[in-house]
Amino acid sequence: MIIGKAKPIKDVLAMIENHSKIIIAGCRGCVTVCSAGGEKEVEILSAALSLAREKNGKPIEIKEVTLERQCDSEYLETIRSFVEEYEAIVSIACGAGVQFMAEKFRRIPMYPGIDTNFIGVTEAQGVWTERCQACGDCKLHLTGGICPITRCAKSLLNGPCGGSSKGKCEVNPELDCGWQLIYDRLKELGKLDQLEIIIPINDWSTSRDGGPRKIIREDLTL
Amino acid sequence: MTSDSRLEKILSRRDFAVTSECGPPRGADPEVIQKKGALIKDFVDAINVTDNQTSVVRMSSFSSCVILKQMGINPVLQMVTRDRNRIAIQSDILGAAALEINNILCLSGDHQKFGDHAKAKNVYDIDSIHLLQTVKQMRDEGKFLGGDDIKGKPRFFIGAAANPFADPFEFRVIRLAKKIAAGAQFIQTQCIYNLDRFKKWMQMVRDRGLHEKVHILGGVTPMKSLGMANYMKKMVPGMDVPDDLIARLKGVPKEKQAEEGIKICVETIQHLREIEGVRGVHIMAIEWEEMVPRIVQETGLLPRPQVK
Amino acid sequence: MRLSYPTNIKIIQVPCTGKVDVLYLLKAFQRGADGVYVAGCMEGDCHFLTGNLRARKRVEYAKKILDEVGIGGERLEMYNMSAADGPRFVEVAKEMTEKIKKLGPNPIKLCAGAASEENTQKKTDGVA
Repeated sequence: MIIGKAKPIKDVLAMIENHSKIIIAGCRGCVTVCSAGGEKEVEILSAALSLAREKNGKPIEIKEVTLERQCDSEYLETIRSFVEEYEAIVSIACGAGVQFMAEKFRRIPMYPGIDTNFIGVTEAQGVWTERCQACGDCKLHLTGGICPITRCAKSLLNGPCGGSSKGKCEVNPELDCGWQLIYDRLKELGKLDQLEIIIPINDWSTSRDGGPRKIIREDLTL
Repeated sequence: MTSDSRLEKILSRRDFAVTSECGPPRGADPEVIQKKGALIKDFVDAINVTDNQTSVVRMSSFSSCVILKQMGINPVLQMVTRDRNRIAIQSDILGAAALEINNILCLSGDHQKFGDHAKAKNVYDIDSIHLLQTVKQMRDEGKFLGGDDIKGKPRFFIGAAANPFADPFEFRVIRLAKKIAAGAQFIQTQCIYNLDRFKKWMQMVRDRGLHEKVHILGGVTPMKSLGMANYMKKMVPGMDVPDDLIARLKGVPKEKQAEEGIKICVETIQHLREIEGVRGVHIMAIEWEEMVPRIVQETGLLPRPQVK
Repeated sequence: MRLSYPTNIKIIQVPCTGKVDVLYLLKAFQRGADGVYVAGCMEGDCHFLTGNLRARKRVEYAKKILDEVGIGGERLEMYNMSAADGPRFVEVAKEMTEKIKKLGPNPIKLCAGAASEENTQKKTDGVA
């Protein structure tokens, strides 16, 4: 899922400085799972912003809403009836949600309350790590189910580099070397011979480098 | 011969080759490179120029190689894939060939986190193995990666790096085999302090017959001090500095440590000459280039062979 | 035990401090509390095993938020004590009251002009 983290409160305060009536909009999707932008986080942010503004003698009225998702129009419509009564919206959904909200409610300033970080998994409670870079050309079948583009700091397709030491990446001694993980997994699977094959030069045009992407499913469009 | 490289000629004749390296300056002064080149040119067969090593911005390897070439020196252009995409890489390969730079060492490059511009975007469009394939394809097939023909094929003696001391150990030889398949003709290894581990690696290399397919030059770096040895042991990933080497430097007073470091270096090279499959030595005397002449002399590798 | 403790403390009972949410702590300050403390069982003695450990983490998190918004994280504390330890309860109550008196009223009241001082305490009551 998409993993994000709350922006520093002072940054959000700076964004809403000139507003006195705002909506904080959360999302029950990914950001709820990673405790960055769900209903609870909406309430906490609301309390924090209120306290700060109260203290500075500039009270603020905050409406707390949490949408099912901010990446689907039908859910955004659920707030259309009252949205114009407010001066700004702080959305604590992922970057996609914030942007979609901005597209749907063009006359209202839209502020991001979180930073969107990566596509990842919950390794343990409170711990999320990156797994996928959305390169658009999945090669997990070649590397024992471990992504070389995401988990190797240099995105090497024929790693590891000379900086791999005791299973850790040269960039950060706490970071596992992606290619050590691939090696270990292929060894467990009895498929080490796969590593003798050179994985060819990557086609980056399917990833972000090719420009903003779009998928159309003709079988689903009306 | 696949190139006009003097290094290729020496290695093809089975002479024990000697290469070294120059670190370019952190400024625009060509004299820094010229001085270093002048110091070591008569003692080596080729001189590598590092490419923004450890991601610290320096004068480019390309321009430094041109400066060395103007002095009659044979440079080895080191090229990392961290900073440039395949378009820039192929462009630089053509340019280097046009300026008669004959040797190229293909590397991935240290991550930018190590350098002075940790916020930069890294490129890594292709990895070092792809880079080897690229140079080979341009040289032998005369085709760009995109498929179009090259008018005026570049000629290069192609090299790669190998690190027998990084993990996973058992995989290092497979990686070497891949590099050879991709086009590597010579290898310069990471600097060797743990001779036992290096010998084990060489045995694995020989078991696969790889020593006949590629010219391996063992890397050496003289230790300037105990502090340097400790730093390399603890702080540099992929470096193996055995405890008895540390002990040896410790057992010598501070002012004698540099001397001991040179001794160890010379001994290492002499050991390397005895190992089957090692075809030369690559002396990386970082910021201590003035010691290279002495090291080459004391190892008995002078005079260097004359080649047309 | 019939020991007396400062009268400015409002006690909110919870079955375990693990029930205390970051939001409650912030809301207490929104409603004018000058100080808040969470009294949980001794670490290792939690009836629900890790409730008091989670509480401590949440208190730390809320303290950071309170610092960021200018209320001051020092107005919020967590204490561990045995449910049977009456004298310790009194000691903490006095300590916290003194500390908050020195810090002065909740900054939001300085703008709103309210006069009352209130200390709020949450405590486990030994009730399972």
